[in-house]
Parts: sequence; structure tokens; C-alpha cells
Amino acid sequence: MVTIVDYGVGNLFSLRSSFAAIGEEVVVTADHAVLQKADKILLPGVGAFADAAEKLRISGLDRVLKSHVDAGKPLMGICLGMQMLFEKSYEYGCHEGLGLIPGSVVPMAGSIPEDLKIPHIGWNALHLKKSSDLFENVQEGQCVYFVHSYYADQCDEYVTATVEYGKELTAAVARENVMGCQFHPEKSGTVGLAILKAFAQM
Amino acid sequence: MITKRIIPCLDVKNGRVVKGVNFAGLQDVSSPVELAKFYSDNGADELVFYDITASAEGRALFTDILRETASSVFIPLTVGGGINTVEDFDRVLKCGADKVSVNSGAIRNPELVSKAAKLYGDQCVVLSVDVKRVEGVFRVFSKGGRENTGMEAISWIRRCVENGAGEVVVNSIDTDGVKGGFDLEMLEAVCNVVNVPVIASGGAGKIQDFISLFKTLPKVDAGLAASIFHFGEVQIPDLKKAMAAANIHTRI
Repeated sequence: MVTIVDYGVGNLFSLRSSFAAIGEEVVVTADHAVLQKADKILLPGVGAFADAAEKLRISGLDRVLKSHVDAGKPLMGICLGMQMLFEKSYEYGCHEGLGLIPGSVVPMAGSIPEDLKIPHIGWNALHLKKSSDLFENVQEGQCVYFVHSYYADQCDEYVTATVEYGKELTAAVARENVMGCQFHPEKSGTVGLAILKAFAQM
Repeated sequence: MITKRIIPCLDVKNGRVVKGVNFAGLQDVSSPVELAKFYSDNGADELVFYDITASAEGRALFTDILRETASSVFIPLTVGGGINTVEDFDRVLKCGADKVSVNSGAIRNPELVSKAAKLYGDQCVVLSVDVKRVEGVFRVFSKGGRENTGMEAISWIRRCVENGAGEVVVNSIDTDGVKGGFDLEMLEAVCNVVNVPVIASGGAGKIQDFISLFKTLPKVDAGLAASIFHFGEVQIPDLKKAMAAANIHTRI
């Protein structure tokens, strides 16, 4: 059973459907009591960092997530949800994240060649850097679907996979029981479903 | 590096795919759900569902179909047709669409692009534009390509991108249905003025047309087609093998 945090950021339709397709139960909730009892929490997110971080703070969900992690239970972030795991983001200013993984989220603009389009949108190959429970059934070079304009930086120690887009960008991270994917596993065909399955079965 | 996308487009009317398709192994050839699964299993990188229904009943059938497809196909889905308001965006996004394409709706109400981009993000808003040469000038056509709006196409596209369109589908009326290849001249003119993904549409007749497209215009991100895929004239796995052999980055 995977518990998905519903904090009003992004559309959860595809995530729900993906877990249903692989025969895994999900609960979608913002209820602290339910989250406190969860085995595995998934933090989704699409949109702006500042807005999402604020929503987590105001609702007190940030503390719930931190104590979940302190208890040694798995937490996975997807896309903006992954970016929220870091200490801070420089998306329109500087905003504090959950600080569960050292590093910061920075704009692609200015750090990749100018002729490359931003956002980085489409299917791109994963380069596996470290063994990761999430990538048990993923092969080097398999493609997954990305949509993002910012990326996690200064977190080399925790990078489990990268993607090439003008330079090597962080595609996935893990620090003990905290992990995240910049790409969308729920939109990445069978490769993505295998990643969600691995998380559900942790 | 990022791969070039191959996108089949399905015209849906009253919940069924228009122009029946003919594939071995497909039991219901006009079921959008079955066809979407077939394409997804065979290497399509993304799907476009185009709702060509006019009635409210048909629209409801379309959202049912969309919901069902999005529950069983896990690649990006773009939805177009009848998108005139942000409420229309909301309706299809809730049923599992990832991106929404606007065409006549943006012509009637240019603010639709900026409003939707603010609400859902640029990446969610796809500008679809039907373009035809009139006395040597690229003009925007509306109502499914029947009516000349008089607007110059390149500046219209640039304006919509500035307002937040995150991708542009350029459908050349001049090459559409001719199967003689994509409209490279028109696509180049668009690529020169925008820095968001450009999706080529109209004119593909064979594998080589896609190879020429991506080789001649490396800035084009994706090729979209309908009937050549539906009628099996081009099989996506063959197309992708040929692209890889031509050193075009592709997802196999």
C-alpha cells in the first residue's frame, strides 16, 4: 500500500491509475493521522516550488513527512515532489524545501547551451550511477519522460541516475529511505511502472 | 540526448475513432482505448486525441473514453478539439490528459493561452495551428482549415508562445493528405522564431519523410501523423528502427 500526499499540487489521476495497473493499492490523502500510519509515502507535485513548499508548511504536512522519514520509512518524491526533498530552490527567488537531501534546485537557463529548449520535455535516456532499489528492473539507457525547467544540483553523493541534456542533469536521487525521480514514472510506459512497482514493494 | 517523438493522432467522434483502422490483433478497430494501447505497446511516444464531436452527448462520451484510456495507457496524452475555455482545460485534465491543445479557441479568444498557462503551466498548453500559403504568405486557418483568418501565421505562433504556449503543432494544409513529406519550409520558418518544442504535422507518407524531417530540421522535436499509422502504411517499430539507423535519437 502506497500513501499519496494530496496537497492540491498537480493532477493525481495518472498516478492512481498507474498503481491500479500494477495491482498496488493506494490511498490519496492529506489527513495527518492517515499519513502518520503510512508505510510508504509518495510526494507528487507539478507547478511552482514556492507555492508547493508553502502548502506543505501551512498544512503542517512538512512535519508529518519529516517524522515519517525519521522513523526510517520510505518516502519518494516525483518531479516537483523530488525537488521539494532538497534544502532549497532558486525558482523565482530562494525558497526552503524539506531539507531531507543536501543540495539545491537551480534553473537550467544559463547552465545548459542556449540552443537547447527549456523546459526539457520528452523522452530521454537514464544513465544509472548507483544501485538503487527503485531501479531494480531498469536497464542502463532506457528512456523515461521528463518535463522540467529546474534541476537538483550539488547533490552528487546522492545521485542514482542522470540524464544528458546539454550537460549531465540529476534524474534520480536517494539518501537512505528518501528517494526521488525528476521524471514522471507514471508517464514513462513500462519502465516507469517498474519503478513504481519497486517502490510499492519496498 | 532527448529523443525525437513519434505521435499518432486519433480523431474521435462520439467516442469512436473516425476512419476505421485495420490492424491484425485488434479486436475493436474503432475503440480509442484499444488503439491507444496498441500504439503505446508499439513504441508511440505520445498520443493525441482529437475530439471532433459537436454535441454535448458526444463530448461526454469523449471524456469517458479519455478517462478509460488514461487509466490504461501510461504515456503522455494530449487532447484537442472543442477547447474554448479554461473550464474545457479543467474538464479534460481531470480525465487524465497531460496536455491540452488549442486551435480555434485561441483564435477566438487569444487570452485563453495566457490564462491556461498561468493556471496549469506552459508545459500543459499546446498551440495547434493550421497554416496555408495564400499568395506566398503563411496564413492561419480556422474551423478545421476551412476559413482564412487573415492572420499571418509566424507572428501568430510567436505571439502565442510569448503568452505561454509550451509546444506548437504546425499542421500544413498545403501538404496535408498529399503524403509527399512534411512542409519543411513552413516548419523551418516556425523553428526560427520559437524556442519551444515544434511538432510537425501534415504530409507524412512514408518512413523516409520522417528521416528527412529530423535530418533537415534538427530543431523539430516530433512528427505527428494519423492515417499512415492507422492504415499500417508506416509501422512505428519500423519507423523507429530506421530513425536509429539514421542516427536520429529515438526511444526504441
